[in-house]
Amino acid sequence: MKHVLCAVAGATALFISAPSFAQTTLTIATVNNGDMIRMQGLTNEFTAKNPDITVKWVTLEENVLRQRVTTDIATKGGQFDVLTIGTYEVPIWAKKSWLVPLDKLGADYDVGDLLPKIKDAVSVDGKLYAAPFYGESSMVMYRTDLFEKAGLKMPDSPTWDFVVDAAKKLTDKNGGTYGICLRGKAGWGENMAFLTAMSNSFGARWFDEKWEPQFNSPEWKKTLTTYVNLMKEAGPPGASSNGFNENLALFNAGKCAMWIDATVAASFVTNPKESKVADKVGFALAPNTGLGKNANWLWAWSLAIPAGSKKVDAAEKFIAWATSKDYTKLVASKEGWANVPPGTRTSLYQNPEYQKAAPFAKMTLASIDAADPNKPTVKPVPYVGVQYAAIPEFQGIGTSVGQQFAAALSGSSTVDAALAAAQSSTEREMKRAGYIK
Amino acid sequence: MARMVTTQRKVISTAAAWLVGFLIFFPILWMVLASFKTELEAFAIPPSFLFFHWTTENYVTVQERSDYLHHALNSILIAGGSTLIAMLIAIPAAWSMAFSPTKRTKDILLWMLSTKMMPPVGVLVPIYLIYRDFGLLDTRTGLIFILCLGNLPIVIWMLFTYFKEIPKDILEAARMDGATIGRELVYVLTPMAIPGLASTLLLNLILAWNEAFWTLNLSTLEAAPLTTFIASYSSPEGLFWAKLSAASTLAIAPILVLGWFSQRQLVRGLTFGAVK
Repeated sequence: MKHVLCAVAGATALFISAPSFAQTTLTIATVNNGDMIRMQGLTNEFTAKNPDITVKWVTLEENVLRQRVTTDIATKGGQFDVLTIGTYEVPIWAKKSWLVPLDKLGADYDVGDLLPKIKDAVSVDGKLYAAPFYGESSMVMYRTDLFEKAGLKMPDSPTWDFVVDAAKKLTDKNGGTYGICLRGKAGWGENMAFLTAMSNSFGARWFDEKWEPQFNSPEWKKTLTTYVNLMKEAGPPGASSNGFNENLALFNAGKCAMWIDATVAASFVTNPKESKVADKVGFALAPNTGLGKNANWLWAWSLAIPAGSKKVDAAEKFIAWATSKDYTKLVASKEGWANVPPGTRTSLYQNPEYQKAAPFAKMTLASIDAADPNKPTVKPVPYVGVQYAAIPEFQGIGTSVGQQFAAALSGSSTVDAALAAAQSSTEREMKRAGYIK
Repeated sequence: MARMVTTQRKVISTAAAWLVGFLIFFPILWMVLASFKTELEAFAIPPSFLFFHWTTENYVTVQERSDYLHHALNSILIAGGSTLIAMLIAIPAAWSMAFSPTKRTKDILLWMLSTKMMPPVGVLVPIYLIYRDFGLLDTRTGLIFILCLGNLPIVIWMLFTYFKEIPKDILEAARMDGATIGRELVYVLTPMAIPGLASTLLLNLILAWNEAFWTLNLSTLEAAPLTTFIASYSSPEGLFWAKLSAASTLAIAPILVLGWFSQRQLVRGLTFGAVK
């Protein structure tokens, strides 16, 4: 009996003296992109180092996620502890005080290593409000074999004149090869991402300094005319329903001589498992017209903490882990350097192993460097954002303008009519929102 | 001679029926086929119909990445729960309106239907706030409640029209024979209304199973049904059709099987009631 009592007392003492972990569960909302799925797969590495934290994932389609997360953060619903958001949301949400500033990511986080343009895009007034997980710009991907056959040489930084001319020469509609594939599907993140970036290179802008819409300007007319004519002459049929994935499939099947889209696509088009033309792809900066701006955008999926979260410490730990230099090394050791999340850290682009594994690394970095979210256009503008204007109204306005432009591309409207409709609908919306009288 | 024409006609009408059936079923068939393709083949132009490299890789990936059973159980509980509660409320409501109508019955019915005309996103924020304050976000109870409310107008309308077709004289005869309201409901009304009740129940179950707006917006993890499971397989950058097809095939499988076994009731009910 005595032994039993001793054993019970001993066990109790042991139980009391053992460190008790208060288990914190982090709910992380994210999009279904390759890099994010990879991060989910590596969660165990994080929880092994932080046994007091459990991680649960909510993966949603981009637009669903945006709506879901916006509702939750605006109502302070508290359903998520870490959010995956884009560069569009960061400045808007930070100004509304919806995000926790990330100034406690740890001494070895090395904020100075983040690519300056990407860091700018996720900071407001010099404070980091989201940690970039992967970043991207856009660039020209082209078929080196077709260019060689036609006796053309792609410059590192081509002009629109060159691209238009080459696209026409490389088009062989009977043979099923098209000179250029571009986004045509309507949406603020679809055709308008491309067209807004393209318009920047033509000297156009969405709004002047007083928030007056500028679709009646000659620069916009030139942008849209060039785009529509180019796609009619050298684009694939049914281009007005093509987005990133459709063009990716066309390019990988060898049907496009050029494709201007996200730098992230470079790893897909050079992957022999996915692409028929993997060894015949070259890269160049997005085109310009000599005005000092290229037609490339800037985007970063980033991790942020909603204000009012009760698990800020654990969330910070997770964000610091997922966006650290060590995380890229972890991915490289498990899945190879070609699969590490690109576009966020200077050190990655200086890494010779990465440069060897990713032939597109140099051009990706040059493209990111060529975009400036704080000064996106030739003429001054009152907004930040390269392929969008970071105001809450932009999603609605951008999609409605995108529909007008898609109609001009499909031929159900003209360039002039589309621009006039875009001007009037944007004016109406900006008046309603109180930007202009 | 006449007999031959009839046979010929039969053959033609049977062939036409099969053709129409095939056309209607084709999207589902295409989805099932795509779920057995690789991502590249799912996106290939021109698409291959049957002669491709069959693989179950997508199903394995979906199983690895998501907890299908958790989502399926949520779907069953949410769709089943909301349907049962809706039926419990709707049967007495429709019964009273069909057999003891007042001056305002028609107005009430129209008012009920009018609530379906408002786009749900219009009330998303108020409902979200109420759910937040009552702790109903990401709970099955919360989803059962909202789906039940959302489907009630349709359920009441359907039952009302089925009940209206039952001759009042039969009920009167039962009353003359001394039947109480309870006995009248159980022994006279119910047997006659069973096809209508069954098809309403099934249609409501399908509506609740497929409901995507509220289930996506009010659930996160614990209560997330199959709609969130599907939504996690669509991607803006990268190929996803094959995996999305595999997830969708898994998501519709239970309701497809249920529909298959109950098609007789479903068709019978649908051809004599409100939605004929």
